[in-house]
Amino acid sequence: MAKSKKQRKPKLAVWKFASCDGCQLSLLDCEDELLGVAKHIEIANFAEASRAISKGPYDISLVEGSITTPHDAERIHQVRRQSKILITIGACATAGGIQALRNFKDAKQFVSMVYANPKYIETLNKSTPIADHVFVDFELRGCPINKYHLLEVINAYLNGRKPNIPTYAVCVECKRRFVPCVAVTQAIPCLGPVTQAGCNALCPSYNRGCFGCYGPKETPNTSALSSYLLAQGRSREELVHLFRNFNAYSEAFRKESEAHEK
Amino acid sequence: MKEGKTVNACLLERKHFDTLLDALKVRGYKIIGPIVKDNAIVLEPVESVTQLPIGWVDEQSNGVYRLRKTDTPTLFNFTVGPHSLKQYLFPSVQKIFMTQRQGKSTESTVDEKVERKKKYAFIGLRPCELAALHIHDMVFIGGMYSDPVYQVRRKDLFLIVVNCTRAGGTCFCASMKTGPRAERGYDIAITEVYEKNQHYFILEGGSDRGMSLLKELKQGKEIDGRVQKVQELYTKAVQEMGKAVETSKLKDILAQQLEHPEYDNVGNRCLSCANCTLVCPTCFCSTVEDVTELSGASADRIRKWDSCFTLDFSYIHGGPVRLSVKSRYRQWLVHKFSTWIDQFGTFGCVGCGRCITWCPVGIDITEEIVKIRG
Ligand code: SF4
Ligand code: SF4
Ligand code: SF4
Ligand code: SF4
Repeated sequence: MAKSKKQRKPKLAVWKFASCDGCQLSLLDCEDELLGVAKHIEIANFAEASRAISKGPYDISLVEGSITTPHDAERIHQVRRQSKILITIGACATAGGIQALRNFKDAKQFVSMVYANPKYIETLNKSTPIADHVFVDFELRGCPINKYHLLEVINAYLNGRKPNIPTYAVCVECKRRFVPCVAVTQAIPCLGPVTQAGCNALCPSYNRGCFGCYGPKETPNTSALSSYLLAQGRSREELVHLFRNFNAYSEAFRKESEAHEK
Repeated sequence: MKEGKTVNACLLERKHFDTLLDALKVRGYKIIGPIVKDNAIVLEPVESVTQLPIGWVDEQSNGVYRLRKTDTPTLFNFTVGPHSLKQYLFPSVQKIFMTQRQGKSTESTVDEKVERKKKYAFIGLRPCELAALHIHDMVFIGGMYSDPVYQVRRKDLFLIVVNCTRAGGTCFCASMKTGPRAERGYDIAITEVYEKNQHYFILEGGSDRGMSLLKELKQGKEIDGRVQKVQELYTKAVQEMGKAVETSKLKDILAQQLEHPEYDNVGNRCLSCANCTLVCPTCFCSTVEDVTELSGASADRIRKWDSCFTLDFSYIHGGPVRLSVKSRYRQWLVHKFSTWIDQFGTFGCVGCGRCITWCPVGIDITEEIVKIRG
């Protein structure tokens, strides 16, 4: 329920792990709505916005980024301990992000190729989502997240209700805005039927196939989509690339790309 | 047919087709008709005949829709596209009311903005589309409770149907008895005739206002004999229709075959993406989302198109009941061809073929029925 004036405002913290900052910037991007949010929530720890940091524990923690170093694998437990509700935001935090492409190769080799002095680099072999390390209360998908989703989740928390975040396919958003399907009109490979909605069918509305930014939908039938694309003459290599994007390490997309790599 | 005052059929030359649109405009209608956009023929506002898909032909098959431009300057030589009347009468996203907190109690106020100011005339609808409209009338305003959003939009529609003289690649209206010629429910029915050096339209009035509008149009040559000719065109459309559903005893067969192994097979191929239900002109399912203002002082209830293919659709206390894709596909097929009859006394399918064309993996409901009938 909405807090009365006498009650203290819930405290919010924003944490960063391996990521590009794009998702936490969506919070700042809520320009018009941010003042309203600040009326009901104390933004207690948000390095991108202010150096003034008040100590935990926090009512809500937004966690951006994946776990890629031994230090971060420790730090995420500290964050969890200080947080009543922990919400992961973005493809990095929920699926390992684009940096999880390393998971399909040997990360040590990359390190030795990229850095002059590899011995100073301490990195894990895999980039993993936060939920692999600690309990996560809610996952907000997207690369980047949709700022209205973020507001919706905060709003739902403040009002003690369920957030209206879809789990169905991008196709539903395509149809709700009457975009003719690019897979049907032009045989463009589109991940929409196996990808969770959230972007309001942005790519199909610009005549492109969906890249899978929001990760697998509920019950994603990736193998049926692949079989159909193969029958249309797409190569296995194309399928590997199709499923290996920002959510490459999400279970459904990972299994599907691996199935075509052999 | 009222002698003297109205005309029940007439012939309109192509060069005078604009007069039909003008007559609608004079009556204050906003005209919605077929136009080419985003690689498809969609339903959008139309001001003049030049915006119509002149010379465009659609080629449709399972999971495939392609447009082709021809040199033949026909206005309506295509069949149904991805859009339908549904999106105008049953908006895909609609605020249905808002409530306001007043002290400790809540008071609900119905949002009045659903009222539509424009009155619409639709041109280029197909006979199957009218059949679908008839079904939606039963669903939304035919029962004990009427849907106010639909009701206000349904009022005063002027409906101009175009009879089909060419079957689309996924059509099966003939077997569902909804086409290729409209029997009722229209104000004006058009049949386009294009043959050597001749391009004209046979217009038939289906209502008083349709017939009185026909009277104002510039009349072409005598139409005697030509009515017979268009009859041949419908017959040709029926003959070239490649798909069909055998409807005899179908309701009972489907009710008895709920565990048919074909459901496992199709459940493996189906993506549960919901495209088939969302393009279907008769599917009517929706979900509601309540959206609060940050402070909780007010909340809106938003209605959005939903589908029995989504997991949340069957969410009841404790969780969703249709976890498998197979069970969702079965819900759709059995609803369309069996339980719909229990509910509304008709099939829930008019044979428009949209669900076949717009399925991204080309699943064909007519083929599934053949397999399940055994
Ligand atoms: S364009 Fe992609 S997301 Fe849209 S309906 Fe087609 S397959 Fe689905
Ligand atoms: S079930 Fe398919 S063919 Fe039948 S009315 Fe719906 S979209 Fe058209
Ligand atoms: S087939 Fe599914 S979406 Fe269509 S009306 Fe029936 S339950 Fe609703
Ligand atoms: S039948 Fe086709 S359109 Fe319908 S949910 Fe399955 S894959 Fe999607």
